[in-house]
Amino acid sequence: MSDALIDAIKTTATEQIAAIKAGTLDARELFEAYRSRAAADTTNAFTYVAPEAPAELPGRDTPLAGLPVAIKDLFCTEGVPSQAGSRLLEGYLPPYTATSVQKLLDAGSTSHGKTNQDEFAMGSSNENSAFGPTLNPWDPTRVPGGSSGGSAAAVAAGHAPWAMGTDTGGSIRQPAAFCGLVGLKPTYGSISRFGMIAFASSLDQAGPITRSVADAALMLSFMEGKDDRDMTSIGLREPIETPTRTDLTGLRIGVPEELSGEGIDPGVRASFEAALEEAKALGATVTQVHLPNAPHALSAYYVLAPAEASSNLSRFDGVRYGNRLEAEDGSLIGMYTRTRTENFGAEVKRRIMLGTYALSAGFYDASYGRAQRVRTKIVEDFAAAFAEVDVIATPTAPTVAYKLGEKSSDPLEMYLGDFCTVPMSLAGIPAISIPSGLSEGLPVGLQLAGPAFSENLILGVAHALEQKLGFDTAGAIR
Amino acid sequence: MSTATEIEYETTIGLEIHVQLATVTKMFSPVATYFGAEPNTLIGPVDLGLPGTLPVPNAQAIHFGIMLGLAFNCEIAERLVFHRKNYFYPDLPKGYQISQFDEPLCGPGNFGGVRIHRVHLEEDAAKSTHAGGSGRIQGSDSSVVDFNRGGTSLAEIVTEPDIHSAEQASEWLRLLRTTVRQLGVSDVNMEEGSLRCDANISIAPKGSTELGAKTELKNMNSFRFIERGIRAEVARQTAILRSGGTVEQETLHFDPRTEAITSMRSKEDAHDYRYFPEPDMVPVVVTTEMVEKARAAMPELPHEREERFIGLGVEPGAARQMSWRPELGDLFEEALKTDDSNPKAVAALICNELVARLEDGDLTHSKASAASLAQLVALVADGKVTSSGSRTVLDKLVEGGGDPAAIVESEGLGAVGGGDTLTPIIQAALDANPDVAEKLKSGDMKPIGVIIGAVMKETRGRADGKEVTKIARGLLGL
Repeated sequence: MSDALIDAIKTTATEQIAAIKAGTLDARELFEAYRSRAAADTTNAFTYVAPEAPAELPGRDTPLAGLPVAIKDLFCTEGVPSQAGSRLLEGYLPPYTATSVQKLLDAGSTSHGKTNQDEFAMGSSNENSAFGPTLNPWDPTRVPGGSSGGSAAAVAAGHAPWAMGTDTGGSIRQPAAFCGLVGLKPTYGSISRFGMIAFASSLDQAGPITRSVADAALMLSFMEGKDDRDMTSIGLREPIETPTRTDLTGLRIGVPEELSGEGIDPGVRASFEAALEEAKALGATVTQVHLPNAPHALSAYYVLAPAEASSNLSRFDGVRYGNRLEAEDGSLIGMYTRTRTENFGAEVKRRIMLGTYALSAGFYDASYGRAQRVRTKIVEDFAAAFAEVDVIATPTAPTVAYKLGEKSSDPLEMYLGDFCTVPMSLAGIPAISIPSGLSEGLPVGLQLAGPAFSENLILGVAHALEQKLGFDTAGAIR
Repeated sequence: MSTATEIEYETTIGLEIHVQLATVTKMFSPVATYFGAEPNTLIGPVDLGLPGTLPVPNAQAIHFGIMLGLAFNCEIAERLVFHRKNYFYPDLPKGYQISQFDEPLCGPGNFGGVRIHRVHLEEDAAKSTHAGGSGRIQGSDSSVVDFNRGGTSLAEIVTEPDIHSAEQASEWLRLLRTTVRQLGVSDVNMEEGSLRCDANISIAPKGSTELGAKTELKNMNSFRFIERGIRAEVARQTAILRSGGTVEQETLHFDPRTEAITSMRSKEDAHDYRYFPEPDMVPVVVTTEMVEKARAAMPELPHEREERFIGLGVEPGAARQMSWRPELGDLFEEALKTDDSNPKAVAALICNELVARLEDGDLTHSKASAASLAQLVALVADGKVTSSGSRTVLDKLVEGGGDPAAIVESEGLGAVGGGDTLTPIIQAALDANPDVAEKLKSGDMKPIGVIIGAVMKETRGRADGKEVTKIARGLLGL
C-alpha cells in the first residue's frame, strides 16, 4: 500500500470525500485499500469482508462519493450475511436492506464489510460474539468495548473510514470511548430501526462511529429521517449542520454528581476534569446538576431491555430461518429447545431468562412496571436538569478499555460499565462520546448529552472541544 | 328434600367472535391479503417475522374497528395501544401475537340485547396443517404452515355472558353476521374462516346468582355446529352436575362429525402470555375526525332498519326477520314502491306466506316480483280476493310470476262478497248443520268454523270468513 494511501486513510471521512471529489484520491483504489486492510485485519473486527469492489462505485458527484462504510453485523443487508453476532443466524442472508443502510447507499456510500459485535448487541466488551472477541487496536490485549466493538475497532485501526453502530444502553458511545473515536447516539426515533435486528425496541438507536465530530454529523445527516416502515421513527426536527463551533461562550455545562463521582477511575476522572477546564477556557460555565434517579437507571435498564429482548428474540425458533437443530425425538419442543439452547450464547440466554421473569404474571408490576416508572422519573430528571443547563457532561465509561476476560466472568461488573450511558438511553436523548485524552496510554471518552433533538447543539459543542483537545483519532492506525 | 337429579339448570353463554377484516393489506404489513391464493404467496418480510422487520398498523383496520364499535354502541377509546401476547408456535412467526390487552379500541357496548364487553384489533396467526395422527400437532407425522393468513387483520368481539341458549346464541350470531356484512368490514364467511366463534359456557341451578364453572368451546366454524356444540356441552355439564360431579374449567374442542367434546387444555396448563406494551409501535391517537369518518361511513344497520319497519306499522316479528335477512327487507321496500298503503300486510305476506313456500326460505326460488306482492295485498284489501284466495294467487306467482289481478281472473278466484250472493249459501249451510246452528244460537260461537268451512267449500274459498260470520249472526238473530 502506498504511503499516499496510508496518509489518506489517516484523514477523516469528510476529508477523504473531499479528496475524492477534488480528484486527488481515487475512490476505487481507496475502496480496495480498505477492503484489503479489512481482509487482513487481526483484531477480528469483521464478520464479513466483501470479496471485491462493486462493479460500479457511486460517482464523485454523489454526496458520499463512493466512500465505504463498515456496517455492524445486526443491520440487515440484502444478500450479505447479517448474523447479529449469533450462531443462530450464521450465514443468514436477508432479502432486504435496512432503511438506515439504504439511505447511506443512496447518498453514494458503499460497504466493504460487516463488523463484529456482542451477540444481539448484548454486551459491553464484544466478548459475547459467537464469532470470537474483537481486540482493541490501541492494545490487542484489551477489549474494544461493545456491543459495536467491531465497528469501533475497524475505524480505530483504519480498516474503515467510518462505521455504523447501534446503541441500546451505550453500545456506540462506550466502544467509541474505548477506541479513541467519536460515537453518537441520536435522539430515539431520529433514525429508522427497520432492518436492525432488534435487541430492545424502545431503546435501540443506530448511529455513527467516526474519527471526527464532523464525520458523525455528516453520516447522521444521511441516516436520519422518518420511515413509513418504522412507526417509532420521526426523524430530526431540523437539518444537521456541519459543526463549525469553536467558542463556547455562554454555554452552560451541567455535571451530574450521580454520574461523575463514585466508581469513576481516577485516570478517567482526571481526563474528564481536564476536558471541563478546556471547556471553561472556551467560555463555558460548568455547574453541578442532579439526576436523583440516575443511580436506579441501570437496574431499570436491566429489567426493561431484557424484557423486550426476551420477546424480540422469540422469533429465532428455527422454523423459518436460521440454524435449526432438530431434536433426536423429532418433536417440535425438542427442536425449539435444541435450536435455542445450542445457538444462543450464555449472555443472551441470561437476558432472555431475566426478561421472561420480569414479564411473568405476578412479577410484572414489581419488575417491568416499576422499571417503567423509574424510566419516567429519569426523563423528568433530565427535563429538570435541562432547565438549568444546556448540555450535560459525564465520563462515557467509568474505566478505560479493560483486559480481555477481565470482566467476562462477572455479568454485574460488566453491567456497571454502562452506568454513565444508560440514563440517556432510557430518556431517549442524544449523547455523543468524544475522546478527551489518554489514561495509561488508552483513550478516555467524554460524554455530552442534550435534550431530545438537540443534535446540532451537542455536535457543535463536541466539535469545539474536539478542536481544543486535539486528540489524534488516527493514533492506532498502522 | 330435592336431589341433584331434580334441579333445573340455567345456561349462561358468552361469545368470543373473531372477524377477519376485509382490509386490502395485512394488519401490520403492506402485503395484500385475500382468500384462496396459493399457499405462501401472500407474504413479505414482516409476515414471516424476519429479523429487523417492524409492524405498522393498518389505517383501514382501525377505521373498520371504529365502525364495529359504533355499530355495537361501544365507547371508542381515545388511543389505540397494542400489546404483545407471547407464546411459541410454528404458525406464530414472531413468537408473539400483536393484540390489545387492557386498553381495547372499543369498550362496553350493547347490541341485539347482548352487552358487548369489548372489541379489539389484532393480527391473525398463520394456518397450520398437521398430516397424520389426530389432525393436531401432537402425534402428527409432519406439519406445514401457510403464512398467507398470518398477520391478516382481525377484530375480536367479546360479549358479556348474556346469552342463555344455543338457539339464542345462533340467532344473535346471525344478527351479528348480517350487521358486520352490512358494514362492509368483513366477508363474515364461516367456511373461509372470516368469522370464527368460541363460546364460554356454564350452567347453574335456576335462580342462582352465581355462575357455574365455565368451559370454552373453541373454533366452531358454522352456525349449525355452534348450536349443536353448545347443546352438547350443556348436556355434558348437566350430566356431570346431576351425577354429583364438578365441571372443570378447561378449553374444549367440539367435533361436529362425532359430536364428541374433547379437552384441549385445562386451567392448569394455561399459558402465561407475558403481555406487555408493544415497544415497536407508539399509541395511535383516535381523533374525533377518525370517529366521525367512521360514523359517516355507516350504512343503516339491521337494528335500525328493524325500528324503521316497526315505525311503518310492521309487526315486530316480521320487522326483525326482514332486517336480519336483508334480502327480505329489500323485497319489502321494493314492494312498497308500488303501493305503500299497507306495509303491515305486505310484510306479513313476505314473512309468513312467501318464505314458507320457498325451499330454505331462499328468495331465489321465487318468481314473484316485488310489485306483484304489493298488488296482491291491494287486491285483498279491496276485497277483490279473499285471503285464502290470495294464497292460491301467491302459489301461482311464486311458480311463474305474473300479474295477480290476471291470475285472480283466470283462476276464477274473485271474492264472493255481498249479502245477496252469500246469504243463501250461508242459510243452506246452517240448515245442513242444525246442531251447529243451535249452539250458535245459544251464544257458543266456537263451531262457526264449520259454517265458514261449508261456505268456503261452496264458494271455492272466495268468501271472506268475517263477512260469513257477520251474515250468519244476522240470520240467527244474534
